[in-house]
Amino acid sequence: MKLEVCSAVCGYGRRDVIKGISFSVSSKEIFCLLGPNGVGKTTLFKTVLGFLKLRGGSINVDGEDISQWSRKKYAQVIGYVPQTHTPPFPFAVSDVVIMGRTAHLGSFSTPALEDRIIVRDVMEELGIMHLKDRIYTEISGGERQMVLIARALAQQPQFLVMDEPTSNLDFGNQMLVLRQIRKLSARGIGVIMTSHFPDHAFLCSSKVALLRKEGFEIGRPDEIVTEENLQEVYGVRVKITSTPVAGGLVKACVPLI
Amino acid sequence: MKKLENKLKTSPQLPLISVMTALALLPLAAFLVSLSFGRYGIPLLQLMQILFGKLFGLTPTWPDTLEKVLFNVRIPRILCAMMVGAALAGSGAAYQGVFKNPMVSPDILGASAGAGFGAAFAILNNYNIIGIELTAFLFGIAAVAATYFLGQAIGRNMNTVLILVLTGMVVQSLFAAFTSVIKYEADPNNKLPEITFWLMGGLTSSTQKQVWMMIFPFLAGLAILFLLRWKINILSFGDEEAKALGIDTLKIRVIIIMASTLLTSASIAISGMIGWVGLIIPHLARLIVGPNYKVLLPASVLMGAAFLLLVDDVARTVLVTEIPLSILTAIIGAPFFIYLLFKGRSSWE
Repeated sequence: MKLEVCSAVCGYGRRDVIKGISFSVSSKEIFCLLGPNGVGKTTLFKTVLGFLKLRGGSINVDGEDISQWSRKKYAQVIGYVPQTHTPPFPFAVSDVVIMGRTAHLGSFSTPALEDRIIVRDVMEELGIMHLKDRIYTEISGGERQMVLIARALAQQPQFLVMDEPTSNLDFGNQMLVLRQIRKLSARGIGVIMTSHFPDHAFLCSSKVALLRKEGFEIGRPDEIVTEENLQEVYGVRVKITSTPVAGGLVKACVPLI
Repeated sequence: MKKLENKLKTSPQLPLISVMTALALLPLAAFLVSLSFGRYGIPLLQLMQILFGKLFGLTPTWPDTLEKVLFNVRIPRILCAMMVGAALAGSGAAYQGVFKNPMVSPDILGASAGAGFGAAFAILNNYNIIGIELTAFLFGIAAVAATYFLGQAIGRNMNTVLILVLTGMVVQSLFAAFTSVIKYEADPNNKLPEITFWLMGGLTSSTQKQVWMMIFPFLAGLAILFLLRWKINILSFGDEEAKALGIDTLKIRVIIIMASTLLTSASIAISGMIGWVGLIIPHLARLIVGPNYKVLLPASVLMGAAFLLLVDDVARTVLVTEIPLSILTAIIGAPFFIYLLFKGRSSWE
């Protein structure tokens, strides 16, 4: 499947934050949005998710304009992994994950056995079965992020939009989540994620959009995450290095402070 | 695989089923006990005689007064108590979910005060039953809307849990003031006492008429909440997440708020202002069955029915004169609210 954003104008209130951005994400691709705070990363993905109204251009999935889709149809195709926060009630982890099934339920239904089986499979795949009966509000940030990924997977979407999936996580958990994102794309899911770490673009993305105050640039990580671009966008001098790892090269950014 | 499926099917649900069965028996037991209680005690044996006699059309072997007390006074009052308790608890649970806020209830959101004003206005103007209920409902909705939008406008990125409670207080006292204006305008010889007694909150004047007034909005509101109860879970995670999970948030939220306000305003119309039930019972239910609305909503409804019925039994039997129901619920509810404030303190800092 292919999600295409064609010369989209995104914004809220009176302000157009992003003008005329076009890109596409296919199944198995990982599209990473980089850029400093306040350039519209959030605005862009909220528009893709339909939380904000598209102010120009179009968003299509396999050629079909999605602006007319119902929320239910939307949710069956595009899943969302938000940044973790605390809900007001102490739900059990398995209850949170099974909420991902909502888009597949009838208007007045509650989840049934088959939904519980899907939830179990997803949690086993992510290796978080042990959290099943824990209280969502009491587990750690890394665990919560995995639970939210599980919830989005229970939704069985074709595309996944992830809002800074590695923020607020320790190093180990960051890599755990990145590895998981790569696995998902290998399974055929198209991923759109935002990140504050250029390194993460090297580690797992196939496409990068670098947003800045005046315009944007889109391409392969090698083309976009360059020393010049990072210096210009973040105002930090950066050296990009390559390290040979298991038959390939892994690039990384070394900031020179 | 088969084994695992069987395990999934049975294991986590079993204790829940027994808990829910117990909760379902609770209002039934309370109903049977309450039948014989009262100023005019009806012994259990005679009670059975009358009920079975009526059921099978036997010739009466019991005093006529007893039958009158039972069918014209006691049973209507019991039914009203159960419906009002269930309605307030159910709507309280639903409000807490859609507002993502464990501190709200029909009274704290101002729905009760709004509905109370509407009903008082309707009584003053001699509206009929449907007119009273409709006016109560409309002002109830207006009050909730005012509380919500004020809270949104003021709260923006701040602590919305407490802000909603505060704006609710403002709206509440505003509508209470409007109600005072109505009282001031009312004829002190007939309307004023009528409005005052009704506002005090109680089921003293419950008759078959009140049962009929309550039963239709009660069933309608409850059916809607029951059908949409799964979605309340999702709404409690916030708008964006709920949308991303496939919920038409605006539509569902409006429907649930309408249904809850219908339940609240219908209760207010027959029993006046009975506070706190809609706050305490959902919390107690959450302690017993957990926060999942799939079971929390039915549990709240069942517990609410039993709770208010038992409190009403106390109200009508303990002292020589009746204690207004609202006084008892406040004595139980106020300390409970303080407890919630203590419990929630950590998340506000």
